[in-house]
Amino acid sequence: MVELDTIPAYFADKQEVLDEILGRYPEYGRRSAVMPLLWEVQNAERYVSEARIAEIAEILGMHPTEVKGVMSFYSEYHGEPVGKYHLQVCSTLSCSLAGSDQLYDYLVEKLGIVNGETDAEGRFSIQRVECLGSCGTGPVLQVNDVYYERVSRTRCDQLIEALKHGDMPDAWRERGGDNESAEKADFLMSAASGRASTGEGEG
Amino acid sequence: MSDVADAPEAARPITSRRDPRYEVVMYRHVGVDGAWKLDYYRSHGGYEAATKALTQMSPSQVIDEVKASKLRGRGGAGFPTGLKWSFMPPVDGRQRLLVVNADESEPGSFKDRYIMEDDPHQLIEGMIIGCYAIQATKAMIYIRGEYVKGYQRLVGAVREAREAGILGKNVLGTEVEVDITVHRGAGAYICGEETALMNSLEGLRGNPRLKPPFPAQAGVYGLPTTINNVTTMTSVVHIITRGAHWFSSMGTEDSKGTKLYQISGPVERPGVYELPMGASFRELIYDLAGGPKGGEAKGFFPGGSSTPPLPWTDEYLDMAMDYGSLAKAGSMLGTGGVIVIPKEKDIVDAMYNVVRFYAHESCGKCTPCREGISTWLPKMYQKLLAGLGTREDLDLMEEMVRNSRGTAFCPLADACAMPVQASFKWFRDEYEFIVDNGRPMYTKNDWWEA
Repeated sequence: MVELDTIPAYFADKQEVLDEILGRYPEYGRRSAVMPLLWEVQNAERYVSEARIAEIAEILGMHPTEVKGVMSFYSEYHGEPVGKYHLQVCSTLSCSLAGSDQLYDYLVEKLGIVNGETDAEGRFSIQRVECLGSCGTGPVLQVNDVYYERVSRTRCDQLIEALKHGDMPDAWRERGGDNESAEKADFLMSAASGRASTGEGEG
Repeated sequence: MSDVADAPEAARPITSRRDPRYEVVMYRHVGVDGAWKLDYYRSHGGYEAATKALTQMSPSQVIDEVKASKLRGRGGAGFPTGLKWSFMPPVDGRQRLLVVNADESEPGSFKDRYIMEDDPHQLIEGMIIGCYAIQATKAMIYIRGEYVKGYQRLVGAVREAREAGILGKNVLGTEVEVDITVHRGAGAYICGEETALMNSLEGLRGNPRLKPPFPAQAGVYGLPTTINNVTTMTSVVHIITRGAHWFSSMGTEDSKGTKLYQISGPVERPGVYELPMGASFRELIYDLAGGPKGGEAKGFFPGGSSTPPLPWTDEYLDMAMDYGSLAKAGSMLGTGGVIVIPKEKDIVDAMYNVVRFYAHESCGKCTPCREGISTWLPKMYQKLLAGLGTREDLDLMEEMVRNSRGTAFCPLADACAMPVQASFKWFRDEYEFIVDNGRPMYTKNDWWEA
């Protein structure tokens, strides 16, 4: 392959990173490093190219097809470049009951791309994904690695506007239930002063 | 509790904000800024349980204590934890492994995520105790790929613990050795099935393996392995601190201790609530979560989308949320992730969403799941939703899911077939309506908040 000759190996100047990853697993479990190595490459390049697959296979003593077999099993690895902002819309039941189907339709309309596509500028891509484990604070939109929870229509507009300006807001982390963070500190204080210390949990 | 004077921090019970009868144990630090740091954890009684186990108890005493507590695995299956630990073969010089299943992917479940993000040291402490009990020196956490924040927090916490001598060759100044590797998945529900998880950890595709051999005999790398859920591990921390009796004094006949219940769907205050096992669905849904938002509900999944849904009747709402009661009702406790189905959500549409999930997550290894659950069943739902279904289709679908039970290689196909069967049992009128009228009984389709 042409690429192999022209593009320097990803790990050529990253021996330390490579050693750290391989060092997490015993020598007889060297192959376990395939997933973290794929992550390392994808985090840097937003996808894993054929050349990188071949490189990882070489490092681990695997056949490139085996590496590709692992990679294709998991929905988070990309064989082609995704957008700078990869929007992952949870579409499973709890989020759907919180409006994620409408959220998805809205994004399609706003950005002009559908599930699996990347826009012409390489800025946005959309992927409908299954349960993200944010069921109590849906609908959730994961942008690259960051969770944005309780994305209402208004908050969706804010988020997309910010992203269009190249500004990625901090995660909107919500917890719900007994653990809304804003109230939690106050609550712990009042518990410490004895207000809420009547129970012993036998219910 | 008054008998916890030897644990200064725990002597000050933190209770649920919605109901002071319920003490919050495992979730006390969730939502507190900075609780993920070692300093915070140690200054709130952290690592005292591990110190107690490693310095005052033998490994077999730890196993006996956990057995006596009657703790059952919190991942869904509910297997007794102490018993599972005792299945490890005698020490024979081979490497022994503890693996924590943090691949939380069951729709409706999100209890593990907040522990790993906000209180990772609690998990590490539980793992140290677990490793000591089964005499393993190496532990691994398999965390799902999407939980990047949790992954970062865990990696940071493991580093902190190593630097402080809490992990490594001499854990907490003892002769005990424990080290932890955090392994990140990449998006595959099936990797929560323990044999698929082992394959994934070994760098293979996440297809399930045949059992036996069970992990204790031949687990990861063929070595003796014990696999536990995140909140099983964190339960152990408090069992050691407060004693088996404290834990087993809460709950019902077959289900002891507290559990992290999750509630989602349109209710006033969705989220995670820690309750003694045996509290009723009504307490969780109405007293703590504030009841269904703006109107009626017609049913609920009791413990994640793979547990057969139940109708919204007094009989089921007043049922205890424990293993035995749900088994008797023909469902399962699962992960304890309750999903409320509002009246206005058409059941055919809701079940199509569930079926599509399992279809997407089927690994494709065995025929009943690949061809039946993953290919044929979602197409039948599409046919119904397009208004093209017939009464014969309904009979065929029911027959097909009934006959698929128990035929697949792993539990994923059943996890889809069982809720579908239950939906036919309780909500057949909605299925019949859509085939008779060519449109769903309930047509509301905008669930998004402004």
